Amino acid sequence: MFSILKTELLAFCAMLLFASYNVHAELVPVPALQTRVTDLTQTLTPEQKSQLETKLAAFEQQKGSQIAVLIVPTTAPEAIEQYSIRVTDAWKLGRAKQDDGVLVLVAKDDHKMRIEVGYGLEGAIPDLIAKRIITEIMVPSFKQGDFYGGINNATDKLIGLVSGEQLPAPSPSKLNSDDLWNMLYWLLIGGFIVGGILRAIFGNFLGGVLNGGVIGLLVWWIGGGVFVAIALGVVAFFITFAGAFGLGHTGGFGGGYGSGRTGGWGGGGGGGFGGGGASGNW
Amino acid sequence: MKNLFLKISALMLILSLSGCGYNTFQSLDEEAKASWSEVLNQYQRRADLVPNLVNVVKGYAAHEEKVLTEVADARSKVGSIQVTPELINDPEAFAKFQAAQGRLTSALSRLLAVSENYPNLKADQGFRDLQAQLEGTENRITVARNRYIETIKNYNVAVRTFPQNLTAMMFGYKTKASFTVDNEKAISVAPTVSFEEKK
Repeated sequence: MFSILKTELLAFCAMLLFASYNVHAELVPVPALQTRVTDLTQTLTPEQKSQLETKLAAFEQQKGSQIAVLIVPTTAPEAIEQYSIRVTDAWKLGRAKQDDGVLVLVAKDDHKMRIEVGYGLEGAIPDLIAKRIITEIMVPSFKQGDFYGGINNATDKLIGLVSGEQLPAPSPSKLNSDDLWNMLYWLLIGGFIVGGILRAIFGNFLGGVLNGGVIGLLVWWIGGGVFVAIALGVVAFFITFAGAFGLGHTGGFGGGYGSGRTGGWGGGGGGGFGGGGASGNW
Repeated sequence: MKNLFLKISALMLILSLSGCGYNTFQSLDEEAKASWSEVLNQYQRRADLVPNLVNVVKGYAAHEEKVLTEVADARSKVGSIQVTPELINDPEAFAKFQAAQGRLTSALSRLLAVSENYPNLKADQGFRDLQAQLEGTENRITVARNRYIETIKNYNVAVRTFPQNLTAMMFGYKTKASFTVDNEKAISVAPTVSFEEKK
């Protein structure tokens, strides 16, 4: 009896696995955003890549907007527009409030390219200007096999357009807010552990009060305001207290804590895209 | 001490009740409205482009009357539909809206197909700019529609699944209409491949 059930279950799982494998095999995956220039086709030489990277990084430092380049072999079975919006949804180029990101996407074997413009730059780079950059700058170079020249000149043009746009200055340093999040994160974890121990020794209520007090004092001592200290203390009390009933949940905390940041670049800043821009082919 | 414990657990109960339903509907409902406005916004943008496009094409291909009037008719039909945020709660009105927009979509694509036959029109900078704008707008519409479908899916799942469906019933939240593929037949037919050299 059990063995039949087991086989059926296994078959079912295998089916599921196959189905999910199928789905993944169909679409081109979005590569991880590690550098501003991502070339999956080895079209650009390392020097060209680092030159582009340096230029785009300098522009981000100066203006705050993020421009990224992605070269893939193909986007099939999706149209380049569909793939492009998936990439920008995942990468979130540009700052969260300004939505000032641009993606230059080239599908080399498809002979197609696209400039995807974030919400905030649709005024600086209207669709028809994006289209002209493609037809007048990128297509002629690409036709001669000069991919670097086409991309380089196109990004120059984009930088010029975005520079003319009134945007808030880039924040001087991302480190400060990152540090704060870090501190909160550890405070929360520490609070949980200490709270668990205190609860075990003193019981739910007293343990909660003690943990709340400790957290409050700690925040105050680190330099948070009195009200912040009291608020966090109360939160700690409730979390410890509720933990006894298995209700403790941490949703909402640590949401802004980035994961796996490499190479000293913060990655996409949370900008949104709505399908603006233009596509072309050569 | 025991009294305090009772009070606090009562508070927790209320909090968890409101957490597992009512508030979800509030935020999902708002999300649905926002993504719907984005869809409307982009459709409006397209409708605004049509008169200019028709004018430019007329300048080069005035005798393509059939296609031009088709576009103009579809455009005025779209304009005549009263669009409100509440449209998504009324499946019938929603279907009408979708049909009218679909008609404009196909009329516009016929217009662009016809314009392929007029080299002078294709070379006109004004026409090319309008074409680029139209392409961009059509793409925005697609993106907005997909996002709308996604938010409506989340909303409708929340309305139908237990235990939120009880909350939904209590406060009168009903499922909302979503987009369907309007030309299923056209999609299921394989595209014809032509080996003619495209200029």
